[in-house]
Amino acid sequence: MAKVLMIHPDKCTGCHNCALACGFRHEGSFRPAAARIHVFSWEREGFSVPMMCQQCDTASCVKVCPTAALHRAPGTTLVEYTKAKCIGCRMCTIACPFGNAVYDSFTESILKCDTCGGDPACVAYCPSHALEFVDDNISTRTRKKTFASKFKEAFQEA
Amino acid sequence: MNGWSGTIARINLTTGAITKERTNLSDAALFLGARGLGVKILSDEIDATIDPLSPANKLLFVPGPFSGTFAPSAGRYHVVTKGPLTGAIAGSNSGGSWGPELRYAGYDALIFEGKAEKPVYVWIKDDQIELRDASHLWGKWVPDTTEAVRAETDDDAKVACIGPAGEKQVLIAAIMNEMHRAAGRSGVGAVMGSKNLKAVAVAGTKPIKVADPKAFEAAVQAARKKVAANPVAQGLGTYGTEVLVNILNQIGSLPTRNFREGYFPAADKTGGESLKATLLVRPKGCFSCVISCGRVTKIKNPKYASEGEGPEYEAGWCMGADCAIDNLEAITKANHLCNELGMDSISMGATVACAMDLYEAGLIPKDEAEGLDLHFGNADTMVKLTKMTGLREGLGNKLALGSYRFASLYGHPEYSMTVKKQEIPAYDPRGVQGIGLEYATCNRGGCHVKGYTIAVEVLGQGPNLDPRVITAKPFWVKLFQDVTAAVDAAGGCIFGTFGMDVGDYAAMLSGLTGVQYTGDSFLQAGERIWNLERLFNLKAGFTKKDDTLPERLLNMPVPEGPAKGMLSRLPEMLPEYYQLRGWDENGVPTEKRLEELQLAGELVGA
Repeated sequence: MAKVLMIHPDKCTGCHNCALACGFRHEGSFRPAAARIHVFSWEREGFSVPMMCQQCDTASCVKVCPTAALHRAPGTTLVEYTKAKCIGCRMCTIACPFGNAVYDSFTESILKCDTCGGDPACVAYCPSHALEFVDDNISTRTRKKTFASKFKEAFQEA
Repeated sequence: MNGWSGTIARINLTTGAITKERTNLSDAALFLGARGLGVKILSDEIDATIDPLSPANKLLFVPGPFSGTFAPSAGRYHVVTKGPLTGAIAGSNSGGSWGPELRYAGYDALIFEGKAEKPVYVWIKDDQIELRDASHLWGKWVPDTTEAVRAETDDDAKVACIGPAGEKQVLIAAIMNEMHRAAGRSGVGAVMGSKNLKAVAVAGTKPIKVADPKAFEAAVQAARKKVAANPVAQGLGTYGTEVLVNILNQIGSLPTRNFREGYFPAADKTGGESLKATLLVRPKGCFSCVISCGRVTKIKNPKYASEGEGPEYEAGWCMGADCAIDNLEAITKANHLCNELGMDSISMGATVACAMDLYEAGLIPKDEAEGLDLHFGNADTMVKLTKMTGLREGLGNKLALGSYRFASLYGHPEYSMTVKKQEIPAYDPRGVQGIGLEYATCNRGGCHVKGYTIAVEVLGQGPNLDPRVITAKPFWVKLFQDVTAAVDAAGGCIFGTFGMDVGDYAAMLSGLTGVQYTGDSFLQAGERIWNLERLFNLKAGFTKKDDTLPERLLNMPVPEGPAKGMLSRLPEMLPEYYQLRGWDENGVPTEKRLEELQLAGELVGA
């Protein structure tokens, strides 16, 4: 069964190990800006939320991509990115409602989560189990959507 | 360049000149970074006899090579300067994300010189460094300063700043980053205030490169597993450092009533278990941490209503048992106030305990107490005095000098529980012998973390030593001091050593930098740093007579509890310690040992 990344912000300690591991897995160096996952922390409240591509079923980034550099991979839950096809128009960065597609001028490419090919570094390095890579069955989807709707409300309020 | 960034920024606040220099890589290999590279630069550049609050002092912010990588629990930076509380070398480190951010901006160190004519802050975005007017920020508390600076720079910038305490040169002022993390000890915040430097904001987008990514990741993974499996590290994650309250109380070594006693009957009310059950919102981790001992806390009781972080064990102790206070809400409130005003919570609580002790002995006249009840156990007084100290109001203006100078004002410095004028922490050296030797010999004055023998004397690590005996303690104190100096210099948190050994650190450092370290050479780097700090202090005028403990611990036996009747046996341990260090009978490093440590020539002028 296909798997998805699940975020539990209530367990996040804000340590950034996920972003460090992600950037390191993809680039072999430490540059949080290069990570496909970002952790946002609210200092006064001491709260942190990791954000990464949700691999949407109906993905805005795929819809607006003029060259199909971003496309759904058949038989998986992944939205894939093929750099060779990318023309750097950055439409996807505008279309993604979460801001999870990022253009990186350093590598001249779109940075988005590829689940490290099925062995996500962020999950392996998260010390507090705030990130999980789980079967994409109905229950996890429901849970994801519960969290997602909370974010949606929060963002709409803000 | 791998491991190190290769650039140091020098900011002269007198002239406004900002220059960039190449990092001296042979120094970096020998002194690693942070505390080590910091003391090397400071020793080279300042006369150790200067007034710490004069423009001649320099203020260094130095992350370590691990800072910004995923080496476990290793994202720290050091503030290195001459400390105004002690007159000794000051090395205060802090976690959070500020140190890593400075690495991403491309710097191995920031050196601040001189004194700005009016308040300024510094905004660093990668290669751009800008001095900005901070007149409108002067007087603001730490959280408001942090938010105001972020609003003017970048919402994701990391901000280190001082609060009113640093501005007013309170001698126990800290430098705070990301609101709640403190480079706390020795009054480094007062140095920042003396330079009219309100804040340093940083945002960076550059990579930290790794010499051998495969070797580095393998070493990191092995190290992470060890920390995750360590029961002390697990306990710190679950209950925070406050877990220590009950542990120390059980062996009668929780200093109580300004070290008059070693057992506090109500201690449990102030411990980590109580904190978890009442005020804890969630645990928090510093950058790259795998332990997460940080405590996000909230007090709902309107009397002390507050949100923030902590207390840590040391604050929980000095604002608790040391003042005979069992009100965890008051302790937490005072700790939040220390963070917001920018003060060292250890020195703050211990200075209040000293004042209460003097008052009960009738040595502070009633009319000087300004209507406050200064008896031990008065939680409201402790909270009020904390705020008054940070703002230098009333009696707080005297407490702002720290307990040694405060007690001296009343003619009784022996009431101050300090070494080299810095308040000693939360482990009674009468019941735990090794830590007393660490207090007495620590280069930055009374301090536990630079040689945390509590790990082997109390927490059952390694050989699980009897805390009450002195046998082999000089060996262990030296070992912990050297290991810690190296771990500090690499950018590590001391809690990582619950699990990791010098071999783990050496393997990570080799993979990261490409310079090959062994456990032994890593340890030797620590000894090198310790000796260079010692030489700084000797040049500053310290002698063997300063390597001592407050008289109370040497001559007044613990009156009650499990450690009843005990005294510190420091005088028996000190000569053996000097000998193990390769120092002469006066505590001066021999030329032979300095040569072995590649410090030949550093003794000049000592």
